[in-house]
Amino acid sequence: MNKTVVEIRNVDFAYDDILVLKDITLTVEDGSFLGIVGPNGSGKTTLLKLILGLIHPLRGSVRVFGQAPERARPSIGYVPQHAEIDSSFPVSVMDVVLIGRLGKAPLIGKYRKIDMEMAEEALKEVEISELRTHRFGTLSGGQRQRVFMARALVGRPEILLLDEPTVSIDGRVEQDIYELLKKLNKKATIILVSHDLGFISTYVNQVACVNRSLVCNPTENVTSDVIGACYGGPVHMIKHKCEL
Amino acid sequence: MFEFIHVLQNQAFMQNAVIVGLLAAMACGIMGTYVVTRRIVFISGGISHTVLGGMGAAYYYGFNPTHGAFVAAIIAALLIGFVSLRYHQHEDTLIGALWAVGMAVGILFIYNTPGYNVDLMSYLFGNILMVKRESVLFVACLDLVIISLVALFYKRFLAVCFDEEYSRLQGVSVEGTYLLLLCLVAATVVMLIQVVGIILVIALLTLPAATARYFSQSLGKMMILASMFGAVFTTSGLVISYNQDIPSGATIIVVAGLAYIMATALKGLASRFRSYNKK
Ligand SMILES: Nc1ncnc2c1ncn2[C@@H]1O[C@H](COP(=O)(O)OP(=O)(O)OP(=O)(O)O)[C@@H](O)[C@H]1O
Ligand SMILES: [Mg+2]
Repeated sequence: MNKTVVEIRNVDFAYDDILVLKDITLTVEDGSFLGIVGPNGSGKTTLLKLILGLIHPLRGSVRVFGQAPERARPSIGYVPQHAEIDSSFPVSVMDVVLIGRLGKAPLIGKYRKIDMEMAEEALKEVEISELRTHRFGTLSGGQRQRVFMARALVGRPEILLLDEPTVSIDGRVEQDIYELLKKLNKKATIILVSHDLGFISTYVNQVACVNRSLVCNPTENVTSDVIGACYGGPVHMIKHKCEL
Repeated sequence: MFEFIHVLQNQAFMQNAVIVGLLAAMACGIMGTYVVTRRIVFISGGISHTVLGGMGAAYYYGFNPTHGAFVAAIIAALLIGFVSLRYHQHEDTLIGALWAVGMAVGILFIYNTPGYNVDLMSYLFGNILMVKRESVLFVACLDLVIISLVALFYKRFLAVCFDEEYSRLQGVSVEGTYLLLLCLVAATVVMLIQVVGIILVIALLTLPAATARYFSQSLGKMMILASMFGAVFTTSGLVISYNQDIPSGATIIVVAGLAYIMATALKGLASRFRSYNKK
């Protein structure tokens, strides 16, 4: 029996008065690779933020490693969909990646040698070592996404949350990143939001379709019909076999 | 110029002025960098103007106005920081109100102080030539505090200024860090008030950093460059104002403003030139 990593029970969540998520129950077990799909505005990002403890449920409970999400944060890596970033801020790529070590580095003073080495390694993993000293604001959208990916990896997380991490990443690197995630999945639990159903059907071993409520619980056999029900219409699954 | 050097060698008041100018430049380069990159110019303006209330009160009750300014600046920083964190939506309105009320309270205190009426103008526009030896010491201590705290918390400040959400995920107290940052800005404001006065503080806090930003790839380099610009602006402004016998604070700001405009133009020309060469 695998141990439970994320446990969401009967969660409702509302922004102001508008109910965004309704009665969500979801458990994610250690070592799984969960894909979250759903139409725009269905609450996927909101669900990830609940797991991170950045927002709190109206009702129900969210536990990560059996604790409140805030306490589990040191073992979570996160790639946001939209980061509120000021492009003119003078920081290098390396500086940004190192922020992912902030929680593990000493409270005061500089980053240690080991933090630097791990940052270098994370940059290598997402294949942007050569951008190390570039100013973050001068990067392209896809390059920025890779920097955020490196920042999420550098803390050696036990859970990795990715919110549409490959939308502006080119095809070749996208493939590499999927392979990287597959490799990381041996050590870490991965929860990934994606519209790329082809990817979902190839790599993940659990799918959750969100549309305000959880339309299909993560099951062993998700068919395009079920996903279609979630999107409210037929969905073309590229190269899909759905042998999940 | 020779006359200025002669005065500098022989007169304590000019030595004090130059030293305070240089010490203040260091702090304004470091904290100005945060003010400019984090875009808290308006908040810093609110802190500096609210300070007049504290200076006026200190003057009325017979304390050293600089100490009053320091206490008022820290209170203003915490209050305005709290407002900006808690009531983000109405931040500008509330800070605008504090700004005006702080100044009004200061003016009432000064007006009601019996006896010799203080030169209100020197609070508002500064008078670096009147700085006393004890103020030099006070400013040096503030500098030491600012530099050591920034050195200790450098990576934290950078993370919180660049990406608040991710810093929070790293277990950093974003609110605490932000308030500490504003307190350091407040301490810098108190120093700069000695040099250019309350009204012009915000210019000296932002112009060297804004100029340095054009030439910096990283936050640390921007701080060093901004401090050097600040030192050049205050010293040259002092020389010019002494030679021409015009107000020092205003001269320093005009020098800084012209340098900023020149840097902006230079930067624009350089990028034009580069794109022209590429064609
Ligand atoms: N900060 C906010 N304040 C108010 N409403 C919000 C806020 N963020 C999201 N919402 C609302 O919550 C709903 C769910 O948003 P969410 O960002 O979770 O969707 P999503 O599934 O991630 O969509 P997408 O595929 O476009 O990324 C949307 O209808 C949106 O209007
Ligand atoms: Mg989203």
